[in-house]
Amino acid sequence: MSAGLTFTYGVVRILNLAHGNLYALGAYMGAWLVLGWGSSAMPVLSYLLLFAAAVFIGVTAGPLIERLFLRRVYGKEEEIQILLTFSILLILEDVIKLVWGVSPLFADKPYIYMGHVRLGGVDYAGYPFLLTGIAVVTGILLWLVVTRTRFGKVLVSVITDREVSSALGVNVPRIYTLAFTLGAVFAALGGAFTAPMFSVVPGIGAEVIVVSFAVVAIGGLGSIGGAALGALLVGLARATAVHLFPELDLFAIYLIMALVLLVRPQGLFGQVQARRI
Amino acid sequence: MAIGRRLDPALALAGLGLFLVVPPFLPQWITFLLTLAWAKALAVLGIVLLLRGGLLTFGHALYYAVGAYTAGFAVKFLGVHEGLVVLGLAVVTGAAASALLGLLLARYRGVHFGLLNLAFSMVLYAILLKFYEVTGGTDGLRLPTPLLAGVKPDAQHLRLTIYYVTVVLAALLLYVAYRFTTSPLGYTLRAVRDNEVRVEYMGASVRQAIYCSYIVAGVMASVGGVLAGFSVGHIVPELSFWTQSGEFVFVALLGGTGSVLAPVAGSIVFEFVRNYAFKYSPYTWQMTLGIVLLGIIFFLPGGLWSLKGIAARRWTIVTRRSQ
Amino acid sequence: MMKTPLLSVIALIAVLSPPAAAQTPAPRAAGAPKELRVGIVTLLSGPASSTFGIPAKKAADAWVEKINDEGGIGGVKIVPVLTDEAGPGDKVVAEFRRLAADEKVDLVIGYISSANCVAVPAVAEELRVLTVLFDCGTTRVFEEAKYKYVFRTAAHTGIDGIGAARYLLAAKPDVKTIAGLNQDYAWGRDSWEIFSRALRKLKPDVQVVETLWPKLFQGDLSAEISKLLTAKPDVIFHSLWGTDLASVNSQGRVRGLFRQSLVIHNNSAFLFKEFRDLPDGFVVGFRGTHWPDVPDPARNPLQKEFIERCTKKFGEPCGSPHGSYHMVQALQGVKTAYEKAIKATGRWPSVDDVVKAFEYLEFDSPSGRIAMGVGGGHQAIEDSLYGTVKLDPQRNQNVLSSVRVFPAKCVNPPDGVKTLDWIDQGFRGAQCP
Repeated sequence: MSAGLTFTYGVVRILNLAHGNLYALGAYMGAWLVLGWGSSAMPVLSYLLLFAAAVFIGVTAGPLIERLFLRRVYGKEEEIQILLTFSILLILEDVIKLVWGVSPLFADKPYIYMGHVRLGGVDYAGYPFLLTGIAVVTGILLWLVVTRTRFGKVLVSVITDREVSSALGVNVPRIYTLAFTLGAVFAALGGAFTAPMFSVVPGIGAEVIVVSFAVVAIGGLGSIGGAALGALLVGLARATAVHLFPELDLFAIYLIMALVLLVRPQGLFGQVQARRI
Repeated sequence: MAIGRRLDPALALAGLGLFLVVPPFLPQWITFLLTLAWAKALAVLGIVLLLRGGLLTFGHALYYAVGAYTAGFAVKFLGVHEGLVVLGLAVVTGAAASALLGLLLARYRGVHFGLLNLAFSMVLYAILLKFYEVTGGTDGLRLPTPLLAGVKPDAQHLRLTIYYVTVVLAALLLYVAYRFTTSPLGYTLRAVRDNEVRVEYMGASVRQAIYCSYIVAGVMASVGGVLAGFSVGHIVPELSFWTQSGEFVFVALLGGTGSVLAPVAGSIVFEFVRNYAFKYSPYTWQMTLGIVLLGIIFFLPGGLWSLKGIAARRWTIVTRRSQ
Repeated sequence: MMKTPLLSVIALIAVLSPPAAAQTPAPRAAGAPKELRVGIVTLLSGPASSTFGIPAKKAADAWVEKINDEGGIGGVKIVPVLTDEAGPGDKVVAEFRRLAADEKVDLVIGYISSANCVAVPAVAEELRVLTVLFDCGTTRVFEEAKYKYVFRTAAHTGIDGIGAARYLLAAKPDVKTIAGLNQDYAWGRDSWEIFSRALRKLKPDVQVVETLWPKLFQGDLSAEISKLLTAKPDVIFHSLWGTDLASVNSQGRVRGLFRQSLVIHNNSAFLFKEFRDLPDGFVVGFRGTHWPDVPDPARNPLQKEFIERCTKKFGEPCGSPHGSYHMVQALQGVKTAYEKAIKATGRWPSVDDVVKAFEYLEFDSPSGRIAMGVGGGHQAIEDSLYGTVKLDPQRNQNVLSSVRVFPAKCVNPPDGVKTLDWIDQGFRGAQCP
């Protein structure tokens, strides 16, 4: 999910505060589909449903947001852009409530189906391993798309210099929409596949965006590898804190974020932005 | 945006007069809302000041909470019951906190500035939440009505008394902010927003401008926190949560950055809209806020205060035509 | 010819109509208003709404209907004014003021969040509005302050922890190690504090091997569960609710947490329909005798009526054992207080009359007879109910077995004594069977 956020920033240069809501939409859609159509008879179906839910959300909400809203503020100041995404966040929060109600959705069958794995004398749930696998695969896929495909090369040229790309005949607005949609799909994937782990309630979008920011800030805005590393660091930090200093787990994320930003403001893999004169 | 046009002082004084004269005739709960709006306007003012320097902070609720909890601790641990003393303490703690954090944060700009402020405000939230024996945790601390210059306000006039104290203090601080924006430091801050490097070439200190503004903004929010705390009578760690900062930013945009008076307008509109939106559509009030914000971004980027400018221009056109 | 069947149908309906309609409505007291406006504040949105707030609302709908069918309170019908408790503290206080001044309610029943129960009373006292806190658990309300116009018709969370300790010692008297898994907020901390202190007072050699404090609604409890699996305590006490309860049940079951330790939960934070998904062997506590079988509906007509009305209106007993029962208790308390005040004064009572009647009041409810026994007569005391979830193989559904009810005077501190002090002093004066 953080990969989606950083990817979007890298291309469109807008930090999308509503990214968490895309995650939430993916979670809700996924949970709803699994509860409705996933059955114990064919568990594999439920995983496909989750994937389908994520893609659906990504390709519908993504272009909608980008075309209707983001497009209008591309040239404007950063504050305006951030505030725009903030207003989208507010709207989507309530849209979710209106569509799915306020009751929690708990589609835990996919989670339970993965059973447990014994490692070092302790039982671990199998599902998180699946999640990690999916994250790794999608991360590699994204990297491959950016570096190996033609679309990826065009994308890089747009990131580097929008004007020149446009002059060379690249359909920049379409690239922007595609990139944003891809970022949205990632967010929704994150949401859909974590939904089976705990009940989906209103507000998860807002909660997850704060952690996502920390991850992206640590990894460096615009760097996917950085996002991956950042996510790993944040996850480890939390787990370590719970294990060793239970009182500090709330602080852990924010302290690390503050430390990284203080020492290396552009994040671990981010690029230093030159100051305009 | 220029400040100090002919219209402003007259408008300010007239507005203040209105706010002082009308409330005794209003129902108590509206007075309560107004008190809260004025108190929060101070925190919003801090954000507006920083916005003039091109800095958008997502963690200003930190200082708001610092002020509120200074009051809470003063009452709980120091047994202080005198409101003026508590306010003085809040100025000190607010200044200290912003001076300390400002040393770090004044070096950053843009998104990093916003996020770092956010991070620190969330750290404070975590501290307030965790050490619940001291802070009351999520149950919060009660803030009983303070004595004012040794006098205990009687129950009949309690709301009004708190209201007047809040408005008078806030108005004073608004004036201080106004003087700050028209001082050399204030203009340097404006210049920093346009082009930092040029300011340095001219010999002015960018760092000083930003650092001082940060402290002023922090103190404003701190005082706002105390006033809001006394008005509500209860403080919770959520005062430092990022959604509170988000609310302040929203109001800053709503009111506009054109004048020190704008935050008050924005804050009052926000409090009332929020209360009534909640009453009529409890499931969609966030969406309502979001749509309003969208409207402002696209149609009224200067915030509500820019309406005043538009009205003034129309008035000038109309009067000129009739000549 | 056609008229005869119609007449007999009408006669049939008249004969079969519910007894309530056949009762003569209560005569209106002198000076009675046209209606009694009751502000009802509960969580209609947000993470706690489905577990606590909405069931309370449903119960309010059903029970207000019952009271009005029977003629209302003192002949005056109740008009509920419902509002959402969700939102930051200043908004909640503003809403309270609005209810009092703008909606002009006669009294307010409300508040699930403990923070609001600490914030609102001061405002209630200032505005002199009768306020009945119906659900929040914090012991702080009447142990740290005195109020005239504020009452709480449900027991506080002290009985959750003390009941848990007593049940545990009855179920597993040889317990040696315990662990705590509680949400990191005031009530989570209070829950653990009360339980662990009570248990260690009753059995001093018990050791605490782990205390974990996940963030409220953290959802992902894998790190915490890992720690518990390595620590292997005999008993795990948790007070998780909402999405965290669902998580620990699901994630814990997959990883064998419930096989390894006895897991005990203090707060019945689940809906009736969620009961069937609870793990076997899970011990649950109820803040009061709030279960369709306890008290026995055959012996408690209010309990019977509550279940029937809810089932007729919503298809199942009103939502949850927690919020819905508490709401009905609040309404019953208010009704009984008003009736007592009317009888005492011979006319429609003023707020001060009702307040006087409410202090140390005893009233009937679906949970049994409730006494406003402590907090200077402003705080109710209730029995504590604990039971174990067992899968009934024949009906293939969960039932509550090994049920124990601890009487109110066994698990509540006496009037004027703080809960934690009472525990530390060895439960002096407790009347336990």
